[in-house]
Amino acid sequence: MAYSNKVLDHYNNPRNVGALDRNDQQVGTGMVGAPECGDVMKLQVKVNPETGIIEDAKFKTFGCGSAIASSSLATEMLKGKTVDEALEIKNTVIVNELALPPVKIHCSVLAEDAIKAAIADYKKKNSVGNPAAAQVAQ
Amino acid sequence: MAIKLPIYMDYHATTPLDPRVLEAMMPYLTTKFGNAASRNHSFGWEAEEAVETARKQIGDLVGANAKEIIFTSGATESNNLALKGVAEMYSERGNHIITAATEHKAILDTCKRLEKHGYRITYLPVTASGLIDLDMLRESITDRTILVSIMYANNEIGVIQPVAEIGKICKQKGVLFHCDGVQAVGKVPVNVIQDNIDLLSLSGHKLYGPKGVGALYVRRRNPRVQVTAQMDGGGHERGMRSGTLNVPGIVGLGEACALCRKEMAEESVRVGALRDKLKDRLTAQLDEVYVNGTMESRLPNNLNISFAFVEGESLLMGINDVAVSSGSACTSATLEPSYVLKALGAGDDIAHSSIRFGLGRFTTEEEVDYVAEKVVTVVRKLRELSPLYEMFKDGVDLSKVQWAAH
Repeated sequence: MAYSNKVLDHYNNPRNVGALDRNDQQVGTGMVGAPECGDVMKLQVKVNPETGIIEDAKFKTFGCGSAIASSSLATEMLKGKTVDEALEIKNTVIVNELALPPVKIHCSVLAEDAIKAAIADYKKKNSVGNPAAAQVAQ
Repeated sequence: MAIKLPIYMDYHATTPLDPRVLEAMMPYLTTKFGNAASRNHSFGWEAEEAVETARKQIGDLVGANAKEIIFTSGATESNNLALKGVAEMYSERGNHIITAATEHKAILDTCKRLEKHGYRITYLPVTASGLIDLDMLRESITDRTILVSIMYANNEIGVIQPVAEIGKICKQKGVLFHCDGVQAVGKVPVNVIQDNIDLLSLSGHKLYGPKGVGALYVRRRNPRVQVTAQMDGGGHERGMRSGTLNVPGIVGLGEACALCRKEMAEESVRVGALRDKLKDRLTAQLDEVYVNGTMESRLPNNLNISFAFVEGESLLMGINDVAVSSGSACTSATLEPSYVLKALGAGDDIAHSSIRFGLGRFTTEEEVDYVAEKVVTVVRKLRELSPLYEMFKDGVDLSKVQWAAH
């Protein structure tokens, strides 16, 4: 199977590899996939509580080149977006940007799921009912 | 000496044609074009003579008589002919066939078709070593069993089954024994007499011969074995396989077998040493590396190894100037990880992380050094990227994690 130049570029020079402190109140962590399925993505966002803008994003991925590229691209797209804008990111954007073939579409779906999971984690941490969040508010 | 890229290390998939084989074939691709079945002129006679020479060369390599060799288009056809041909020929004696879970698809899918036609198939499991359990084989044989089909050496993990013991059991029980010898013939000594093999499949392009030609050994005495033809036509090959003989291909297969017979002893030592060097370098420089299948009983040219926490296809992408294959789902057409590795009971994650290295006649030490270094570099890089490796390093037991499977 031939890879698109964009997939190769993200594979060879992955953007935003690494980890953020998952205990940080501003950080949301999403981990999706399973080792026996051949892909696991961990995606993290760091949100500015004042503006709601994602200031940083990091990922680590176990998976094929297209999975690595999808998550790498996702972190690039997330930076500078608000939390609500981030939830609007659809997997089809990733498919088009990376020119993924049909058998690799699940990689883009996983990236979308990872974004949603990270945002959900952030929102849960900072929801009104969350005692930790309440403490910060005080 | 500058190394030539890309490096080919996928000798289980196919082998390059040995230049000496091509040389032997050339006249039969050009001036000596006769049909081996033409009985009334010299074109036919010289073609027939060449075919008979090849038949003997193949027989000599596996301890068979030339008359017991049936030419086919390749091992897939040989396997189909052996299984379907025996099933049909001996259907009055019984309808039960025994094979193993790690056989090649040409065996497994043929068995599935036979099941649809009323045959009963037992798929023996294998242990973590990749070997079948001989007691289980013995117990599986019933008075309705007509055939046992077990491969000599596995195409993915290179594990060599206890063929001589299997042959002995089959002989004692009066059951025919078919052996898929594709990966083993020409690499390790195979002898149909000593191993009590009744039918043996082999392929040209796996032993430095051409593609599109193979053979099926069919025992002629003690016992005399017959298979029902699966293709109708001119009644070639003692009526078992019709179709004009592929003379250049057959000449190539014969010459390839003659070369293997002459050079196998030396070659297997040299290639085995290179394989061991590759394994030693990878296991010395990387942690969490697992060899799939036993090293005790294995082809000298095979190394199937899993690099935990790294997905196979992404590894292949990183070593793109090295031709190897992976048991990862992402590299297969079906999106299922290797059923052979799954049968070892190692878990899907190990299958996803596996790479098969197949060394061969033209592999050099420089190539092994290059490949080892490249693999180590890329595995380290991908582990930096791997959330699983991070968790492992943090002491998380990955088997206890609740994954959000998709």
